[in-house]
Amino acid sequence: MIIHHPILGPRDAQEFVYLGDASLINRPDGMTAGVEAFHDYAYNRDNPAGDHRELWYHEQGDRSWLVVTRNTVTHEIIKVELARDVARAQGRSK
Amino acid sequence: MRYSGFRVIAEALTGHKGWKPVWRDPAPQPDYDYIIIGGGGHGLATAYYLAKEFGQARIAVLEKGYLGGGNVGRNTTIIRSNYLLDGNEPFYEFSLKLWEGLEQDFNYNAMVSQRGIINLIHTDAQRDAATRRGNAMILHGADAELLTREQVRAMYPWLNFDNARFPIKGALMQRRGGTVRHDAVAWGYARGADMRGVDLIQNCEVTGMRIEGGRIRGVETSRGYIGAKKVGVAVAGSSSKVMAHAGMRLPIESHVLQAFVSEGLKPLIDGVMTFGAGHFYVSQSDKGGLVFGGDIDGYNSYAQRGNLPVIEDVAEGGMALMPAIGRVRLLRTWGGIMDMSMDGSPIIDKTPVEGLYFNGGWCYGGFKATPASGWCFAHLLANDRSHETAKAYRFDRFLKGLMIDEKGQGATPNLH
Repeated sequence: MIIHHPILGPRDAQEFVYLGDASLINRPDGMTAGVEAFHDYAYNRDNPAGDHRELWYHEQGDRSWLVVTRNTVTHEIIKVELARDVARAQGRSK
Repeated sequence: MRYSGFRVIAEALTGHKGWKPVWRDPAPQPDYDYIIIGGGGHGLATAYYLAKEFGQARIAVLEKGYLGGGNVGRNTTIIRSNYLLDGNEPFYEFSLKLWEGLEQDFNYNAMVSQRGIINLIHTDAQRDAATRRGNAMILHGADAELLTREQVRAMYPWLNFDNARFPIKGALMQRRGGTVRHDAVAWGYARGADMRGVDLIQNCEVTGMRIEGGRIRGVETSRGYIGAKKVGVAVAGSSSKVMAHAGMRLPIESHVLQAFVSEGLKPLIDGVMTFGAGHFYVSQSDKGGLVFGGDIDGYNSYAQRGNLPVIEDVAEGGMALMPAIGRVRLLRTWGGIMDMSMDGSPIIDKTPVEGLYFNGGWCYGGFKATPASGWCFAHLLANDRSHETAKAYRFDRFLKGLMIDEKGQGATPNLH
């Protein structure tokens, strides 16, 4: 699989480490969220067959985190964004 | 029809005209007492034991494709019970004992071959860990033996004992481990279930679940609505898709795992060997092909095919251990979809929906578990409580901090 890095261009997926569903960005607030919310965040997944937004880390490159939208049935990569931009758009990062 | 040596001789003398199809192809009835979703190894074993051991009737198995067309036909056929933790080892030892009596039990030749399995050791720390694991196995009634480097050398003199990074220092052996003809397991269970009146319904995909007042009433399928008092889901690989019909999110990711077989060779390996440090394990089929595999590809997938980097990684592992196979050609590679659970251990449990039960999360260790998985799931379906050996395989273990973390690496879906 080739991941089109927004800054570095096309890179082989072997250069990346996979983490999982991009919803992992949305960690509940540690002071207000309850155990159930953290359990759901840490362990449960949508695990769709089809388009999946997921986190890839460019370990052997510029060490950026990416949000890759990829089809889990065909392995086609549809969209690549910097995770920083995604998090900022959600108001999570400064 | 019972199979026996006498039967084979009688058929040989009469032109083999007496062999009949071994299961019916029934149309679904309007309702059943039990519906098992998934006609793979675990689903068929569940139906078989429900009918045979738990005396239940009016059972149907719904399969979206054909019987045994999923992971039971895509694995590398290994059976073993070399687990460490209390939540696992009694279950897998129960499974191995069922394997030992399986062919007599369901009167079908599954080619159960207890040819022994060794896990290679490369460091003192690994030897300590293997000793601990072996002792845990023996305490639970399984067999385990610690082999020295020389004992391993006597078995497989052509291994690379002096690999600079991973020299072979010994092995943990389970002599009762081995291999089984995987398709025959599905066929044997299917035939045994059919003989006891179970309806095996193929080309019947579940497209929805009818749930009223928190209770399951039946399932919508591509062949119409079918009512049921109890529904058991055993569709590892597609668990998240099927359980979404009941509004459930699972602690599972689906990943692709590849397997490989080489061209046929003369006898080389008479047992099963794992080289964990190099992400490689291997056995040799009765036809001579080396059957081997390694790690999952490592990203969510429902594709039943993997990518080349993992093929390269597995081949490198094989070459590091067995330089002699350098000229051997690869015959086939294929992929299967694994339910990777968050602690590497399975789930056999009730769900919040009354009458709906779940069996999945087998990671890439589901084949060896087939008999015990079927037995324990049938026990749960029939009695509404967990079997003694499957008590720890609960949904709420993640919420309660009771993970069965066999590999000791915490909550990631990359474990087995």
